[in-house]
Amino acid sequence: MSDIIKLAVLAVGGQGGGVLTNWIADLATRCDYAVQMTSVAGVAQRTGATIYYVEMAPKTDRQPVFALSPSPGDLDILIAAELMEAGRAVLRGFVTPDRTTLIASTHRILATSEKMVPGDGRAKDALVESEITKAALRSVCFDMDTLATNAGSMISASLFGGLARSGALPFETAQFEAVIEASGRGVAQSLAAFRAALNYEPTADTFVKKHNETVNGPKNLLSDWHALSDQVKNFPSDAQDMIKAGLQKTVDYQDIAYGKTYLSHLQTLSPELTQTAAKYIANAMCYDDILRVADLKTRASRQTRLRTEQDIPEGEIVHVTEYFHPRAEEICGTLPARLGAWIEARPKMFQLLDKLTNKGRRIRTDGIIGFGALWIVSALKPYRRQLLRHRYESAHLDRLLKITQQSASKDPQLAIEILACQRLIKGYSDTHLRGQSKFDKVLSVLDALEGREDAAEWIKRLRTAALEDEKGDALDGALATVRSFT
Amino acid sequence: MAERSFAKEVQHLKIGAGETFRGEGILAITKALLENGVGYVAGYQGSPISHLMDVLADAQDILSDMGVHFEASASEATAAATLAASVHYPIRGAVTFKSTVGTNVASDALANLASGGVTGGALVIVGEDYGEGSSIMQERSHAFAMKSQIWLLDPRPNLPSMVKAVGDGFALSEASNSPVMLQLRIKSCHLLGEFEARENVRPSTTVKDALENPKRDVERIVLPPASYLHEQEKVTKRLPAAIEYIRANKLNEHFGPKQGKVGIICQGGHYNGVIRALQRLGLANMYGDCDVPLHVLNVTYPLLDDKIIAFAKDKDSLFVIEEGHPAYIEQNIRAILHKAGARCAVEGKGPLPEAGELTGQILLDGLSSYFSNAAPDLMPSVARAPNAPPQLKMPELADTVPARPPSFCIGCPERPIFAATKLVEEELGPHHIASDIGCHLFSINAPFDLGSTTMGYGLGPASASAFNDKSANRRSISFLGDGGFWHNGLTSSIGNAVFNENDGVIIIVDNYYSAATGGQDILSSRADNVSKSTQHPIKKAVEGMGVKWVRQIDRTYDVGKMQATLKEALETPETGPKVIIASSECMLNKQRREKPLAKNAVSEGKRMTRTRFGVDEDVCTGDHACIRLSGCPSLSLKTLDDPLRDDPVASIDQNCVGCGNCGEVADAAVLCPSFYQADLIQNPSKIDRTLSEWRTKIITKLQKRRDARRLVFSKDLS
Repeated sequence: MSDIIKLAVLAVGGQGGGVLTNWIADLATRCDYAVQMTSVAGVAQRTGATIYYVEMAPKTDRQPVFALSPSPGDLDILIAAELMEAGRAVLRGFVTPDRTTLIASTHRILATSEKMVPGDGRAKDALVESEITKAALRSVCFDMDTLATNAGSMISASLFGGLARSGALPFETAQFEAVIEASGRGVAQSLAAFRAALNYEPTADTFVKKHNETVNGPKNLLSDWHALSDQVKNFPSDAQDMIKAGLQKTVDYQDIAYGKTYLSHLQTLSPELTQTAAKYIANAMCYDDILRVADLKTRASRQTRLRTEQDIPEGEIVHVTEYFHPRAEEICGTLPARLGAWIEARPKMFQLLDKLTNKGRRIRTDGIIGFGALWIVSALKPYRRQLLRHRYESAHLDRLLKITQQSASKDPQLAIEILACQRLIKGYSDTHLRGQSKFDKVLSVLDALEGREDAAEWIKRLRTAALEDEKGDALDGALATVRSFT
Repeated sequence: MAERSFAKEVQHLKIGAGETFRGEGILAITKALLENGVGYVAGYQGSPISHLMDVLADAQDILSDMGVHFEASASEATAAATLAASVHYPIRGAVTFKSTVGTNVASDALANLASGGVTGGALVIVGEDYGEGSSIMQERSHAFAMKSQIWLLDPRPNLPSMVKAVGDGFALSEASNSPVMLQLRIKSCHLLGEFEARENVRPSTTVKDALENPKRDVERIVLPPASYLHEQEKVTKRLPAAIEYIRANKLNEHFGPKQGKVGIICQGGHYNGVIRALQRLGLANMYGDCDVPLHVLNVTYPLLDDKIIAFAKDKDSLFVIEEGHPAYIEQNIRAILHKAGARCAVEGKGPLPEAGELTGQILLDGLSSYFSNAAPDLMPSVARAPNAPPQLKMPELADTVPARPPSFCIGCPERPIFAATKLVEEELGPHHIASDIGCHLFSINAPFDLGSTTMGYGLGPASASAFNDKSANRRSISFLGDGGFWHNGLTSSIGNAVFNENDGVIIIVDNYYSAATGGQDILSSRADNVSKSTQHPIKKAVEGMGVKWVRQIDRTYDVGKMQATLKEALETPETGPKVIIASSECMLNKQRREKPLAKNAVSEGKRMTRTRFGVDEDVCTGDHACIRLSGCPSLSLKTLDDPLRDDPVASIDQNCVGCGNCGEVADAAVLCPSFYQADLIQNPSKIDRTLSEWRTKIITKLQKRRDARRLVFSKDLS
């Protein structure tokens, strides 16, 4: 019975697991093996986890009896077309240390449950990578998806290369290649992807890429910038990298003076808070308003990035349509503070404004009118400090700084956790409101936590809970616990 | 129009005697039908035999050359009723659908067919959608066969056995004047193997012959007193005839030694699984030569009493390997042996679990536990002390690996319908939502989490029938697809809602054909089909049924419009059902059709636009609200190389098909301005070029002007 080779492919629907399995069946047939292949098609093709199964044995005058599905502990080769599918294969017992060769691509296709979390819900790759290798007799695990993409092919080709590389099948490389050559479509690309996996050098790109920041501009601004960035040296050394990033962000967001304000805010805080403050104060100062969006969308660097991301070759024409939906809130926020507040205080006026403005707008930023409109909006930047939104955001920042300072003297760790709650505030319109309300909710328990040794720990827990789901159910649960303290 | 084309493969159906046929199980079955002189074939698509319908559709020319009539039926009931052609005429007919839901739908016709009996061989090929990969409730077809006296074949899962079963089925049907059900399990349908072909045979009587020479026999019509006689005839004539045929032609098989202290009886479909378990226990070799007597039931209903008694003779115990609940075969065998006064013990459920799929592991465990009790001396040393390594426990891994249920494809036009529903619910509060069968049922999973029940194909609105209280200040919402609509929904759901003045909202998800089963054409298909009449609008049918409030949305991606229409339906004072027909083509099939066309057009130098969407990473704040309203596989996350950012931002990958859903959702839900649409103009015209040069010139000028007055930070890779 050990003469039967048992091989399963676990893939995500739509990855081309069927193509790979057909290649394997063809390979076995060409090499004079009796082979049987089964698969479960149907709804499983629609982005769910799918399994293909192949059994083979040297051809004789008798037909072997092959099973139709894989059994735990009874597989010689397991191919997983994605990292978590490899993890699933291990959990299902399809990979065992006594006999299974594991061929897995370590790239990720995120599951919906990982993507929809308001914070970072992604599964831990490193843990899965180490566990799957432990579970296998031998393993060939690296990112075969990137190799395939670089070769202009599909992952089935690089996995086939990984299979050849593993040596788990008693067939020559030339026979693998013959199968691809006979397949008829995209042969050159498939062969390139196949060989890329076959000859992959694991050490190739392990060094860390370093960025070189460059800054250009008029001389007077440049000298101001250098003078300002020299001040970063006066801060604790472990925080300097973060401060540099924050300083650049605030200056880029507004101007040199804004950067100065940023540094002066940092100076008001004790050194142990600096690193965290450098991050969150910069983020709080660089709130997302219409001006910012207009600025970002009209930059030359944005065009370059868009063309790279969308594979637009040099010299080709691309039309770009932006999806905007400003509401009266955003319009008011962009008005001079007094005028904006005046309108906001009059519900009828506000509703009228909303009626006039609140609708989806498609803006062509490759066209003169669309680009021009955004360019003009972004040109309002020098007046930002006088706009209503700035008044709100300044108040928010003042509050954040005040609460932080109050806590810092008694419990620096608590102050750090408070600062980090700025992470909750993100997005635009309703999303922004929801973030703001989560922020307020978390900080609303500061009184209840007063004097407790684990206050910082609790703020951290609440913040983590707030990032778990959209509505804040986890947060409300945690809040109820905290309130029960008093 | 179907998702998969078998145009190339069906050419093999013409091969003659002695040649080797290589292909999938479903193709083998088609070949077997032709080899056995079938006169007509009908069926309804559904996993796992969807592709059998596709094969038959693609083989239509071959079939009609042979004088064989093929039709894609309106439902399984229609398919089963088609077998009426074999009642009076000696024509062999086969129909196919999935079991058990298809069998349920077809039950009326099947029961009538079985009552009157048949003259020509009538074969019902059921694709058993049971076990891993199945999408329906888990029940057994066996009960069906027993209650209507339809003989049930469950051949060993290899192509020669499956092909032989087709011939056996027709012959058995004719010998016993009863319909025969051929059960094909989910994995055997897609099993790739080979068998030796025979010549194709033209039907001895065709449907044309029958039409031109009509016959009737009142005794075959199901109406008293004939129906009382049918019941008797089934037991006194047809059953004995079937048993005699099964015995004479040795449809069941015996493997292993003739004698033994213990023996195994299994369903044919599980033969390979049983042999594999015996191989692993060291009791069989790779060719299936085993050390234990093994009786394989290729016919699982009826059983042959004397054969069972003979097999049990001299044995201490028998092990019945039967999948699913209730254990009809085991009960039957116990009754046979009890009546005969046999002393042989019977095991079955016990060592095997009461319910659930008989996977490799379960068969191994079941056989192992049976042998260690009933025949420990039989077990070789490997089996008694297996040298298996201890199972690794990996609790952390189990907590980490996320579930991956099936979901909507990239660019699916159904996604925006549910995004709109979610947005409406955010505004108006939760509603009772009745779901239906089809891709749209994926709405019950994340990120939409919408829908409470599913009661059957086309029965979405019917399952909201009770929620019809005029004094309630909320309406029910129900869904059904275009496939379900034409299958049964028009009368059972729409007609019922009109008749009973149900105020609920009905959303018909129309994606231009039966998308979930693989893109088969239906009445409302937009494509022209050479052999079918398509282009019958659902809207006209609904209005014809008497619905007053009907809205047709021809681009479901318009989330704002979807949302407004649904809201209007929920709030309008109009009484009676509110029907929204949400139409956009299934993207999976559309891409399959249009991608090669677009590629050709580009290479021919035609002006084309390639649309994709993108997310501005510096505008996105990483809240992922867009993902909670979309769930598109190509909308994913990426980590930015920015120390100031904590959370990954949304990102659209290269698989984007440019449907626009993400942008529309961002707009309708007022999310954020990160989404943009990038249209690459391929083979641009002269006007394109000139305009573009102009635009670039001015835009670059504006950018330079601004950059001259501020600091520009950029990152270079060193």
